Amino acid sequence: MTAITVPAEGAAARAKTGGRRVPVRVWVGAGVLALFVLAALVGPLLWPYDPVATHLADRLLAPGGRTATGSIAWLGTDQVGRDLFANLLAGARITLLVAGATVVVGGAVGLVVGLVSGYFGGPLDTVLSRVGDVQLAFPSILLAILLAGVLGPSITNIVITLAITRWVIFARIVRASAMSTRRLEYVDSARVLGCGHLRILVRHVLPSCWQPLLVAATVQVGLVMVAEASLSFLGLGVPVDTASWGATVSIGRDYLGSAWWISTVPAAALALVVTAVGVVGDGFRDLSDPRSQI
Amino acid sequence: MGAFVAKRLGQAVIVAWGALTLVFIIVRVVPGDPAKLILGPDASADQLKHVRSDFGLDHPLWRQYLEHLGGVLHGDLGDSWRLGGSALGDTLERFPATLTLSLVALVLTILLGFPLGMLCARRPGKVLDLLVSTGSLVGQAVPSFWLGIVLILLFARELGWLPATADGSLAGVLLPAFTLALPFIGWLARLVRNGALEEGAKDYVRTARAKGVPEGLVQYVHVGRNIAVPVVTVLGLLMGNFIANAVIIEVVFSWPGIGSLMVDAITNRDYAVVEAAVLTMTVSYIALNLLVDVVYFALDPRLTPENA
Repeated sequence: MTAITVPAEGAAARAKTGGRRVPVRVWVGAGVLALFVLAALVGPLLWPYDPVATHLADRLLAPGGRTATGSIAWLGTDQVGRDLFANLLAGARITLLVAGATVVVGGAVGLVVGLVSGYFGGPLDTVLSRVGDVQLAFPSILLAILLAGVLGPSITNIVITLAITRWVIFARIVRASAMSTRRLEYVDSARVLGCGHLRILVRHVLPSCWQPLLVAATVQVGLVMVAEASLSFLGLGVPVDTASWGATVSIGRDYLGSAWWISTVPAAALALVVTAVGVVGDGFRDLSDPRSQI
Repeated sequence: MGAFVAKRLGQAVIVAWGALTLVFIIVRVVPGDPAKLILGPDASADQLKHVRSDFGLDHPLWRQYLEHLGGVLHGDLGDSWRLGGSALGDTLERFPATLTLSLVALVLTILLGFPLGMLCARRPGKVLDLLVSTGSLVGQAVPSFWLGIVLILLFARELGWLPATADGSLAGVLLPAFTLALPFIGWLARLVRNGALEEGAKDYVRTARAKGVPEGLVQYVHVGRNIAVPVVTVLGLLMGNFIANAVIIEVVFSWPGIGSLMVDAITNRDYAVVEAAVLTMTVSYIALNLLVDVVYFALDPRLTPENA
């Protein structure tokens, strides 16, 4: 999925009202994300999910139904009687893990490549940029499907796959920042004072790259979540014994007529979290855009 | 113009060659032993040897690469071991279905997104505008594979209005095309809205209004023509996106296009077909990008080969 972003439109409106007030929707989005992170970290400890368990008496219970043991399945159960709420929490952990790890790995690679190629320029920059061009000419979903198919399903492989499809975007952003920074006077001054390349890169160029990198990372978190769910939906993502929102949607496909909740619960959760990431990302971008702070 | 097109064409060919190399690396080098990948973990040594010599895998890698490159130039990507025929032939046979799906999705996006954006621009910040901007955010977040399933359930099974899978009719393409288009309808509407608002503040619009041109004409003729340039170029990129994103939609709707062929081939370890499918889609994606560049150049007389 290629990232296509729409230019900020809230910026002008906020400039009129003045100040850097954070709009309510960004707070709501941040709240949803905080809840999601909490659910992913703590949830599976409180409601453990057993991927191989079968409780045939409790199959296809509707949300709020009572199981044989007397507990209430708030989000219903699936075709072998596993509780969907526990499944949702376990899936949240995978989603968070994959999205976090991918953005950290892809971001780190992109940061190093972008810094080196933007700061030093020259033939190395040309080579790295051309490699990036080739990769961007590839629709990222195709590359992800191809890599995931070859590597086989595992959480590590899916992180590698998605990080490979994302690093270019980070590298581009960091490269642009590094290129504009290296011409600034304070960088020249540092060089005149005798600083080495490494010190200039880390102490003087890097700080100006953080903000665009973090804004891009927020946007990418949402895209990576959708990509992971899509791959797991196709059966190319996480292994079968791991709960994943995309995989659960895929399982629920066959029961949609009789048990709509199996597919709908994880899909709705994914949509909610990705929307929240989008809202927070927009707010973050507006805040970090100096034009909106005038 | 000629020099510009030649330069871009050259770049596109280089990028296509790079993509070809990347696919070669992923399929032949990453897995270690492609023969094991084809046969699975339980293959005997004899079988492995047989497959290696069949596919030329016992040659050194550079020779395999050159042979592969030569094959591609002759339109030969090897044979599909599962379908029997030539991999490229099987893939191209499925290409029209994917193209139809993407084209209908593109038409839907334009027909719904453009007027919606114009309507939003008339009253920015009002109910419709807020609805569309929220809808576009949610539309991009809802997983398309789930949306497809829900649409099948609603329109095919419950209401019985549209067929759930391809039956060759126009009605059959509507559901998958709409699923593909939905995330981008709101996106296009926002793009058109922002463009229309920006253009609407310019002097020529004020002049048109002052001389009494009806508001509808001002919006669709004066403003519309000026936002057409960025919108037309974006549509080419959208088409490329549709072709790639169709992979998942095709699986959901059992649409007989390249995407479902490719996912099938991956699960069956039919790597010649996988390579052919990825290459076909990538080359059409690159070609569309090239077309966008050329159209943009042709539409905007301010551009010269140097500043384009």
